Amino acid sequence: MSAVIVEHITKTFNKGKIKALDNVSFSVQEGELFGLIGPDGAGKTSLFRILTTLWLADSGKAEVKGLDVVQDYKAIRKRIGYMPGKFSLYQDLTVEENLSFFATLFNTTIRENYDLVKDIYVQLEPFKDRKAGKLSGGMKQKLALCCALIHKPDVLFLDEPTTGVDPVSRKEFWEMLRRLQSRITIIVSTPYMDEATLCDRIALMQDGRIMQLDTPEGIVRSFNDTLLSIRGNDMFGLIGAIRALPEISGCYAFGESLHVRFPADAWTETGLRSALEQFSGLVIEPITPGIEDCFMALIEPHAAH
Amino acid sequence: MRQYGVFIRKEFKHIFRDKRSLIILFALPIAQILIFGFALTNEIKNTHIAVIDMAHDAASQSLTDRLEASRYFELTGDIHSVADADAALLADKIKMAIVIPADFNNSLMHGHASQVQLITDATDPNTATTLQLYASAIIRDFQSDINDQFKLPYSLHTEVRMMYNPQLKGAYLFVPGVMGMILLLISAMMTSIAIVREKEINTMEIILASPLRPIVLILSKAVPYIVISMVNVTTILLIGVFILGLPVAGNIFLLIGVCLLFILTAIALGLMISNIIDSQQTAMFISLMGLMLPTLILSGFMFPIENMPVPMQVLSNIVPTKWFFIIVKDVMIKGLGFASIWREVLILAGMTAFFLFVSYRKFKIRLA
Repeated sequence: MSAVIVEHITKTFNKGKIKALDNVSFSVQEGELFGLIGPDGAGKTSLFRILTTLWLADSGKAEVKGLDVVQDYKAIRKRIGYMPGKFSLYQDLTVEENLSFFATLFNTTIRENYDLVKDIYVQLEPFKDRKAGKLSGGMKQKLALCCALIHKPDVLFLDEPTTGVDPVSRKEFWEMLRRLQSRITIIVSTPYMDEATLCDRIALMQDGRIMQLDTPEGIVRSFNDTLLSIRGNDMFGLIGAIRALPEISGCYAFGESLHVRFPADAWTETGLRSALEQFSGLVIEPITPGIEDCFMALIEPHAAH
Repeated sequence: MRQYGVFIRKEFKHIFRDKRSLIILFALPIAQILIFGFALTNEIKNTHIAVIDMAHDAASQSLTDRLEASRYFELTGDIHSVADADAALLADKIKMAIVIPADFNNSLMHGHASQVQLITDATDPNTATTLQLYASAIIRDFQSDINDQFKLPYSLHTEVRMMYNPQLKGAYLFVPGVMGMILLLISAMMTSIAIVREKEINTMEIILASPLRPIVLILSKAVPYIVISMVNVTTILLIGVFILGLPVAGNIFLLIGVCLLFILTAIALGLMISNIIDSQQTAMFISLMGLMLPTLILSGFMFPIENMPVPMQVLSNIVPTKWFFIIVKDVMIKGLGFASIWREVLILAGMTAFFLFVSYRKFKIRLA
């Protein structure tokens, strides 16, 4: 059974001038950890707000746990947990006061569902009398996760939960999500491509559309081109020279090197090396693509038009 | 029920942990009532005047003594000519000059008529008129005393009695007015800000995506401000009675009852504002400009409504403070009972119902 079904959802703003979501369809299985991956403005938050019954779509249908997001909004609100993208706890209340307020909001108590949040809350417990506004970024997000979980929701919606959080806390946060996944269906959005591999399935989003939807492995497998990592002393000159070559489908800076993509039969490593012989310190290595390379491959033909 | 308890306690925590809210809620009302009660009074007290005595005889001395003895005036001694008086008026040293002509006693006693000239600074017409009235009253007294000595026939006296406020104390007018203004501002502004803040800090997003019924949210926002406003009513009444010397001529329970009704009106108004507005600043601006100015101008406490052009008079009817002002004056100062204020009470109750209805209809179950 599908926990969430989205069918042809379209949402526009400014009387149709801006398309936030453009005919989006997908479904999320029970117990799945589903990722929405894409840059700012891809439409992730719009999608969350429609699924959490906060916005109405212009057209299309969506169901959460078999309930319609428009008609059955009251029933859905009892069964979902939502962590909005912007920090949304009471900064002037303590950790414990926040948690107990959100428990009361869903007519439950901290004690009743303590087992679900225990793993996370033990880390917060030493600071339980501290005001939420005085917590570090990672701690704030852990508290927000606790608050979204405290009523034992069937489906959990997390809108960019790790944005602005340090790498260690991000890793911890994702470990928590993996542990929760056995009991709760989770839909999470993130702009970080490295987090995508931690999901069961991901949807790559751009400009209100889903470009590709598959498991992270499936997405990487579907990458048919050859990918090389190229470094040289004059990186700036290099990027221009490579982009000027024929049949190069993509060339972008990736950390300290350039990732260069082309159809498998277009170039050989030696052919490319001789075409770039005027550059000194040239290092060319074949690499296996990551999600980000797949994402770039998906959006580049799109951006070219 | 447990939800209400937790939510109301949370609301009190928000208020008590924010110093600015505390100052606005508790210090501002006391400061305002004291400022209006003591400083911003239009009573005439110890006003500097000059008496230019050109007669220097028994009658002029007697009149000067009477003026000096009144607590309204303070005589400035070193002004002896009309030119001096003119300069002193310009320099704001005196507010009025009284010129007693030469040969005053003689013309009064033998010519049977004399004139005293009152020169006032009319840049402030209200004060000028009041000063002139007070001075005329003293001169009239002086004359009637002379008349008594000579038992003149065919004389007409006016017998004045200032009802309900015999000492003409400004506080009688200010306390009900300021009370209305403070209650309206605090209840309406703070309630609207409290709800709009939830939108601004995004907690509204989570609250809306929860099964909470809107009525619980709204009631738990209103209750703390009802309690705090009632504390303010008590403080203002205590200051009014014990420091400013106001009477509570009517039934104190009726008075507290109408204050509670007015607080509900103001809170309902605040709820309506918060359901239409999305940012704290707009809420504050609307509450201040949209409520304070009409309250000051159209409630009848600063300017008499009867003297306004007809459109303004009509407009004043939608200002809740106008009705509250009438009720409080009637109950507190005149000592009237419910029978004489039921019409105003009904109007306030109707306004409250209207504001609540609009807020209920406008409450958004989703984000905008």
